[in-house]
Amino acid sequence: MADQGFGLYLHWPFCQAKCPYCDFNSHVVAQIDQTAWAEAYGQQIEYFGELTKGRILNSVYFGGGTPSLMDVAVVDAVLDKIRATWSLANDIEVTLEANPTSVEADRFRDYRMAGVNRVSMGIQALRDADLRALGRLHSVSEALAAFDIARRIFDRVSFDLIYARQDQSLAAWEAELTEALALSADHLSLYQLTIEDGTAFADRFNAGKLRGLPAEDLSADMYELTQNLCEASGLPSYEVSNHAAHGAQSQHNLIYWRGGDWVGIGPGAHGRLTMADGRHGTQTDLSPQIWLEHCRQDPARPTYWEPILPAGHLTERLMMGLRLNEGVVLDNNFRRQINSCKVKYLLELGLLCEKNDRLITTRKGRLVLNSVLSELLAD
Amino acid sequence: MTDLTHIRNFSIVAHIDHGKSTLADRLIQLTGTVAERDMKEQLLDSMDIERERGITIKANSVRIEYPAKDGQTYILNLIDTPGHVDFAYEVSRSMRAVEGSLLVVDASQGVEAQTLANVYQAIDADHEIVPVLNKVDLPAADCDRVAEQIEDVIGIDATDAVQISAKTGLGIPDVLEAIVQRLPAPQGDRDAPLKAMLVDSWYDPYLGVVVMIRVMEGVIKKGDRIRMMQTAATYPIDRLAVLRPEMQNIAELGPGEIGVLTASIKQVRDTRVGDTITHEKRQTETALPGFKPAQPVVFCGLFPVDNGEFEDLRDAIEKLALNDASFSFEMETSAALGFGFRCGFLGLLHLEVIRDRIEREYQIELITTAPSVIYHVHMRDGTMEELHNPADMPDLTLVDHIEEPRIKATILVPDDYLGDVLKLCQDRRGIQEDLTYAGTRAMVVYDLPLNEVVFDFYDRLKSVTKGYASFDYQMTGYRQDFLVKMQVLVNEEPVDALSIMVHRDRAEMRGRAMCEKLKDLIPRHMFKIPIQAAIGGRVIARETLSAMRKDVTAKCYGGDATRKKKLLEKQKAGKKKMRQFGKVDIPQEAFISALKMDG
Repeated sequence: MADQGFGLYLHWPFCQAKCPYCDFNSHVVAQIDQTAWAEAYGQQIEYFGELTKGRILNSVYFGGGTPSLMDVAVVDAVLDKIRATWSLANDIEVTLEANPTSVEADRFRDYRMAGVNRVSMGIQALRDADLRALGRLHSVSEALAAFDIARRIFDRVSFDLIYARQDQSLAAWEAELTEALALSADHLSLYQLTIEDGTAFADRFNAGKLRGLPAEDLSADMYELTQNLCEASGLPSYEVSNHAAHGAQSQHNLIYWRGGDWVGIGPGAHGRLTMADGRHGTQTDLSPQIWLEHCRQDPARPTYWEPILPAGHLTERLMMGLRLNEGVVLDNNFRRQINSCKVKYLLELGLLCEKNDRLITTRKGRLVLNSVLSELLAD
Repeated sequence: MTDLTHIRNFSIVAHIDHGKSTLADRLIQLTGTVAERDMKEQLLDSMDIERERGITIKANSVRIEYPAKDGQTYILNLIDTPGHVDFAYEVSRSMRAVEGSLLVVDASQGVEAQTLANVYQAIDADHEIVPVLNKVDLPAADCDRVAEQIEDVIGIDATDAVQISAKTGLGIPDVLEAIVQRLPAPQGDRDAPLKAMLVDSWYDPYLGVVVMIRVMEGVIKKGDRIRMMQTAATYPIDRLAVLRPEMQNIAELGPGEIGVLTASIKQVRDTRVGDTITHEKRQTETALPGFKPAQPVVFCGLFPVDNGEFEDLRDAIEKLALNDASFSFEMETSAALGFGFRCGFLGLLHLEVIRDRIEREYQIELITTAPSVIYHVHMRDGTMEELHNPADMPDLTLVDHIEEPRIKATILVPDDYLGDVLKLCQDRRGIQEDLTYAGTRAMVVYDLPLNEVVFDFYDRLKSVTKGYASFDYQMTGYRQDFLVKMQVLVNEEPVDALSIMVHRDRAEMRGRAMCEKLKDLIPRHMFKIPIQAAIGGRVIARETLSAMRKDVTAKCYGGDATRKKKLLEKQKAGKKKMRQFGKVDIPQEAFISALKMDG
């Protein structure tokens, strides 16, 4: 969907240590041949550039893994190649995910010079004991110091916190979130701790050893508290877990949620591209070694293409779009496909509403979005 | 034909996990009955369910040839008997088919409940009993204490108990010698008219119905025309065999021998466990005592989760019924659950076994409704209707009174748990009939309504006595009581599959308990759901399941779209396991779990 923007996601699959809650495609290795990665990224940018000639790039996102472990030279080379391949929007957003440690903060200025204009920091918690429980390598004071540096260097800084943690009370979270809001980031991603399959936390959880996670009611109370506090501090939510000051929403992530197009480069990266023959999903192999090897064989080799059929597109549009406060646009095409009885039922329950030709989840509805979606998409 | 003095027939009595199957395996192995390469564990338990649960449902037998130390070769027939109260009648028949028992007790655990129930069956059958202490190699084994316990609790001499480890094979030769030396040889007149007991029967896909028999008197030969005394049916014998444990043809079986026959019998239903088999021409005068026809006592509805599988379910049930005379069925229609079958069982284990087999062997997912007994509903016009299903309860204005089946329950329990057992029986509307002591154990006899027992009485009894109680019952007849039909309404809609018959005095308590249970069993929905119990139109208990508050994925970015789409599809599949009542999805396990009582 050209009108929803066009972005590029680049996956750096390495971390210094794997966090027990994280199910992202990240790997810990002793040595990384950064030059080889820079070359492979460059080659893939050229490959996708050919396929998307003439499009204007709105966003670049370095995700991971821990992209702040990338040599500045790699970031520099990637962004040079991007500039040589696409026309860039005047307000292009270039985000890099960073761990809040001093080592990485030392590189912030060079990343800025290379063209990064926004960082998203994985602070995760403002309590040392919790950071340790989450398997993070940094301390609160280190994170705050790194945040200060980032704030001076970049116009736009976001950070992540994980809440609804083990044994966390509503009052404790209120205090911690209040501290977080005082740091004056322009964007916050606030995630409730989720036990994802295949993680160390999942193993412990399944063995009954991960205790003290909040029950549904407490977790709902925490969520509502979060909405209220953020709104009162000028960072209202614009998506289920994302909050931003006016105009500071993540342009990149909005491309996903609005059903736009993006190129996905790197091991395990996904993409969505609208081509002459319709919309396609792209995927690559999860293994860094295999992905690099594929790149060496043939620039086309790393990417698996799969057409996205109308039914699948509808599902994606709803599950992504209904996460946003703005909802999804109800164009004629959409109205034809969607089950109007189910919509009516959910409207009656007060979980959805219709406004200006948009279908929007109410605040209550957004909190039970998975159920809303399964109702909406049931046969 | 074997000389009577060279035959020994025996069964093995043991608590679950005390090593019955392992010992049987070792006896078979040591005597070379089965070639080493054909050995597998629990050789005698042929059904998956038997192997998994470590229980025996169908009787099985094996004929072992054993060259004893006295230089003579003996024929040892082991009958592996079922070991559960549901199959008490089958057990009693198997016990009557042998003269002795090995009482296997885990030397590290001691005597337990199930041992008792079965050992009393053996004593009833006048068995000579050889105590065997198993697992003597374990560090926790305490042979002296356990031997003493056998003497105190069961009242049999355990001074010569054989000490073994079935696992390592230690002491197995001593067991074989004890069988020969200590168990009596069978007796029987070879020249008398044929008298054989039908011990059990099963369906074999290649051979048809296979009948296990014990010859008491006379001789049975291949080609003979036999007569089943209960059914009066006659058949020519196609095949006579012994089990080793695979079938080995044999020309004839004389007194004291155990074997199997096939005789073009179409259905297992045509054979009755405990029936007497004789010759068509030269009949025995009297049948063997103790025959009882199989009578289902517990009924419940079985419905396919997927309504499209009704015909498959019919097919599965018909096939299983061919092989199980004690299982009955008829079609049933439920407003909530669609088409299914009302099935009758010997008890709850029997119910579970049949349900498991349908789900497993025929891959049909089932919803099982609340078990019920047969009520006698006496109408004002003087007629009587049998009620198998609370949903069929006639209009109350037409009903004069209702009778329910009662049982006499005998419970053996260590002193320490007596109070809990009495409370349980009182809570279930029991009337105490007797209370006596035997050593440190009490024997309690209660007159109980069967409907209070069929559901979870045995589970509760096991739980309050930590498994140390043994329980047996017999039906005693019908008695009038103040019984009402209680309905459950979920989101204002009656769920007929949750209707139960209950004593009026217990209705509020049961209703409250069911509503509370359902509140936990039904997942939260996007709206709040009232759950009510009602008698007639009057609500007697109510709970409210509050609306779901949080169900949203925290992170969902570009790379998550594909995975999340799959998750939504998985949820859809999960929904299929629920039944929709109005707008409410009720998980299938709720239909049974809601009725379980904690107290």
